[in-house]
Amino acid sequence: MTEKFQTLDKALENLEKGRRARKGKFYLKDKTITLSHGSGGTASHNLIGGMIGKIFSNPILDKMDDSAILPINGSDTRLAFTTDSYVVSPIFFPGGNIGEIAVNGTVNDLAVSGADPLWISVGLILEEGFPIAELKKIIESMQAAAEKAGVHIVTGDTKVVHRGSADKIFINTAGIGIFQDQISLSSLNAEPGDKVLLSGPIGDHGIAVMLAREALDIETDIQSDTAPLNGLIHALLDATKAVHCLKDATRGGVATVLNEIALNSNVAIAIEEDSVPIRPEVNGACEILGLDPLTIANEGRFIAIVASEDAETAVRALQNHPQGSEACIIGEVLEEPEGMVFLRTALGGHRVLDMLVGDPLPRIC
Amino acid sequence: MKETMKYVDEFRNGNLARRMATEITNISKGQKFKFMEVCGGHTHTIFKHGIEDILPENIEMIHGPGCPVCVLPMGRIDDAIAIAKTEGTIFTTFGDMMRVPGSQGSLLDAKAAGADVRFIYSPLDALKIARQNPKKEVVFFAIGFETTAPSTAVTLLQAKNEDIQNFSVFCNHVTIIPTIKAILDSPDLRLDGFIGPGHVSMVIGLRTYQFIARDYQKPVVISGFEPLDIIQSILMLLKQYQTGKVVVENQYKRVVRPEGNLKSLEVIAQTMELRPYFEWRGLGFITHSALKIRSDFVQWDAEERFEVPGLQVADPKACQCGEVLKGVIKPWECKVFGTACTPETPIGSCMVSPEGACAAYFNYGRLSMASQRRGLLATVK
Repeated sequence: MTEKFQTLDKALENLEKGRRARKGKFYLKDKTITLSHGSGGTASHNLIGGMIGKIFSNPILDKMDDSAILPINGSDTRLAFTTDSYVVSPIFFPGGNIGEIAVNGTVNDLAVSGADPLWISVGLILEEGFPIAELKKIIESMQAAAEKAGVHIVTGDTKVVHRGSADKIFINTAGIGIFQDQISLSSLNAEPGDKVLLSGPIGDHGIAVMLAREALDIETDIQSDTAPLNGLIHALLDATKAVHCLKDATRGGVATVLNEIALNSNVAIAIEEDSVPIRPEVNGACEILGLDPLTIANEGRFIAIVASEDAETAVRALQNHPQGSEACIIGEVLEEPEGMVFLRTALGGHRVLDMLVGDPLPRIC
Repeated sequence: MKETMKYVDEFRNGNLARRMATEITNISKGQKFKFMEVCGGHTHTIFKHGIEDILPENIEMIHGPGCPVCVLPMGRIDDAIAIAKTEGTIFTTFGDMMRVPGSQGSLLDAKAAGADVRFIYSPLDALKIARQNPKKEVVFFAIGFETTAPSTAVTLLQAKNEDIQNFSVFCNHVTIIPTIKAILDSPDLRLDGFIGPGHVSMVIGLRTYQFIARDYQKPVVISGFEPLDIIQSILMLLKQYQTGKVVVENQYKRVVRPEGNLKSLEVIAQTMELRPYFEWRGLGFITHSALKIRSDFVQWDAEERFEVPGLQVADPKACQCGEVLKGVIKPWECKVFGTACTPETPIGSCMVSPEGACAAYFNYGRLSMASQRRGLLATVK
């Protein structure tokens, strides 16, 4: 290279090369695990795609959707199987606790794959000195969450570690669900022309947890949105067969989920900034903390990609359900620029909406 | 809180913005103007709301050196890491400093390697941690312009008042005026005016900017941080050209008083003094451009309390942060932009903070770049 500066064409070419390289190809360059690897953004994707998923690779895992889809020999029945670990701090926060999100999170991972969640396992890692009274409260709320979602906790495990080897309580849950029909929902399925639906206002969970930390003296009444989504999703799938993809917007928020869909389906996604529902309190907290609500974690919200002609029907089905009254269309799927998500701002401008790049913020799920 | 947000929404009104943009188009009559927004907060707003998309093409925004994270040289990051790695230390910092690379990695890497690095929202939180951990040395990594210096100053005064022995400040506060002057004196620069920093001016007032209009004949408009603030400020700059009257104007009257905030200036003066010179990333050494802790607060000065290497580290050869900061090149013109240097693996500091010009371009600006080439804006609109 002899020229002193890069030309616009060269810069664009490099960026596109980079974007193509990101598609399905992840590189893990880091030598040690940092908190970024757990944030659900690009660093997490590099860890999983660049190492863990490579070593474990098999046809079922390689789909990398929210649940593994398991064929049962000699039968039409398919099972959905998923697992997730919960390390949120603080363990009690406005609107929920670690146990509740541990049940709801796994229920939701099954539900967004289109399966009916049925059975859940619970693994507890407890720190020496943890009060039994708090544990009981957590266990009781897990049972209540399971009843609400219509699932059964059918197996479990308990370990205790030395003081300092864990932070109070860590929970792992796994879940099994059954597909009722031949539905196929996947982040590979978004098509140009599809509409992007959001099931409700975003950022409540992440902000509720962040504000529950003592360091921030901001008083609001924001509650976590943690909830089982299987009922709402059932209502949606009953109303239309034109749902192409469902994703719950947990770690990394709506921005990360949309980027996964755009990359996996080779499409662009355009979001209308004005139409994304965000509570004023959440918006205010984000302004103060310098955060983008679109990258904040949710525990009870999902994105649905629905064929354009059925989008209105889908929104109505969601709005008629008690959990989906604030559901709406927030954008559309376009042909290009492939793999890119962008926002049309209220002002009439545009900006790229990228995945969350590893944040140094503490644990939120 | 609800009412405050409504207040902010009014400054994001799309119709008003477009109306002002039309006025900008009319008044500038196709003539080329290059305006620098000095402050990183403004850069962030411009990209977050896509302001460049609604401005006519003849108005070019140059993203200046007003991001305190971006201008800190590598050597200072290395010093911070050395302090953080000292046995028995709790090192506290604002979140966006965590990923800024020094010559041997970032604070985030140091944390992963075992250093006790905690991120906080206010220096008073660091003082609280010091009270709670009397057996540990607690250090606050102070960065920022005159905007954040008062809160560091208040924290120092409080530490002295309460005689908190295990607390100190690693002071990296910088001052805006000498830096603007350095930019104006730079031979490779062509600028038609400045959007002045709102929050800094809230502290230092308007008088200190007069030399820019008087001696350099460049208009200055101190601006707020909402999209309409910035668009209106651009309009005000253009109107100065229209009337031929070059002055320092205040668009951000709802916050900035002409005399500044005397109380803030007083606490800064009580606790800090000007350094003879300070190194800026990409800009080199600038006289009187930073603050150090006064000798009567030496006990709370981390630079005196810890062994810091204090070495000057040359920026990586490929990095063109300096040219970007001076507005000589656009971020994407840098040879490593978007390839070797990304927000995930930043080489230059401009790529780290969301207020950094390169990170803003990378995160938000790629679409306008792509659309410039492909005429895409028309098709997606």
